[in-house]
Amino acid sequence: MSDFFRHSLRFIVLIFIQIMVLNHIRVGSYVNPFIYPLFLMLLPFRMTQWLLLFIGFGTGFTVDLFMSTPGLHTSASVLLAFVRPYIVRLASGAPLPESASEPTVTEMGNRWFFSYSIILIFVHHLALFLLESFDPAHLNDSIYRILLSVPASETLILLLVFFFQASRKR
Amino acid sequence: MINLIRFIQKHHVLLLFLLLEFVALSMLFCSNAYHRSAGFNINSNVSGVFYRIQKSVTDYFYLQQTNEMLALENARLRKQLTYQSGIISTDTLQHIDTIFHFIPARVISNNVHFRNNYIILNKGYSAGIQKDMGIISPKGVAGIITGVSKNYAIGMSLLHKFATISVRFKNNGHLANLSWQGGDFRFGQIDHIPTHLVVNKGDTLITSGNSHLFPEGILVGTVESYLTSADGALNKAVIRFATDFNALRQVYIVDNKHKSELDLLLMIRIDE
Repeated sequence: MSDFFRHSLRFIVLIFIQIMVLNHIRVGSYVNPFIYPLFLMLLPFRMTQWLLLFIGFGTGFTVDLFMSTPGLHTSASVLLAFVRPYIVRLASGAPLPESASEPTVTEMGNRWFFSYSIILIFVHHLALFLLESFDPAHLNDSIYRILLSVPASETLILLLVFFFQASRKR
Repeated sequence: MINLIRFIQKHHVLLLFLLLEFVALSMLFCSNAYHRSAGFNINSNVSGVFYRIQKSVTDYFYLQQTNEMLALENARLRKQLTYQSGIISTDTLQHIDTIFHFIPARVISNNVHFRNNYIILNKGYSAGIQKDMGIISPKGVAGIITGVSKNYAIGMSLLHKFATISVRFKNNGHLANLSWQGGDFRFGQIDHIPTHLVVNKGDTLITSGNSHLFPEGILVGTVESYLTSADGALNKAVIRFATDFNALRQVYIVDNKHKSELDLLLMIRIDE
């Protein structure tokens, strides 16, 4: 029950930061950082895949509601939820240890989490920005957006993760 | 049958993924893109409340700026008023005034850095706002209403893939279509300018009045640069928007009292 509460709280906080703060921050016209995928990244390993897909759908839909972009964030989040188990395997390179329960920095280490999160963010942003413009004429534009926004999102996600990890240790 | 069930059992994750992705993509594509936000009206009521709270906090930081802008606008309008009552007293001006009404509203959410940007306003159909009304800022044209709920309205700004408006060169009266190609939110573009048309940097563009969304003669922007095409075909011009979309706060919604009549007339023409 406390796990459920923790994840729900994280969901609310991340969506809140995303909508109230990040959507209004603009560094050049090409950098749009998105941190709400962090919620999907940090769900437990043991969660069944179909539930993960539904949660991905719900998360994306919530963001869409606030950004008046029906289906855009939903499709990117569902894709993220779908590829997550494969990326877990890819990032680990070996079967997960039995003790592993959540894909956090504390449990899996800095290097593992970095490669895991940056691949997922890249997949998410790729789908998001390509679907947003959906026009071969603006392909260059979308590629710039992806290449600049991925590092921005990843930096914010790592900052958040390390900040909360540090505060928990103390 | 058993094979089918076994197949579904084996691939249920993939099938569910495809199903959810199909639902999401059909939300994205099947809804008519222009009226997309209209079908998504629920958001205005839910997120409108959040945005209003956020706005009420952040507004304090911009009070001075907004005041100055309103004061300037007041001064300009007063000047216009004296000008009109002093010199021109023809029927046409009064006529325009009775056709177009302006409903003031405040912007509670606005973006400039996406490919398609939306403006959320703090008034809805209870204030008489309807779909397909024009939005103008004190400085110039700003966008078009695409959906309304009871107390909020959402519109696409000119910074949108589907926001193309009909404009007119003020000096020679020629018509053109202005659109936004993405990227810098200060500049739009006009394609297809005939080669014989002389366009200079700084030329003023105003609304044409052809669309019934905006009254004629509202400022849209000025020509920033003029690009002649290499093969002697149609030329392009980069336009600096008169409206500063990043600083959009107070806007007016244009209510054309004769719009339904004009639409009806157009339908009659199509029927014949």
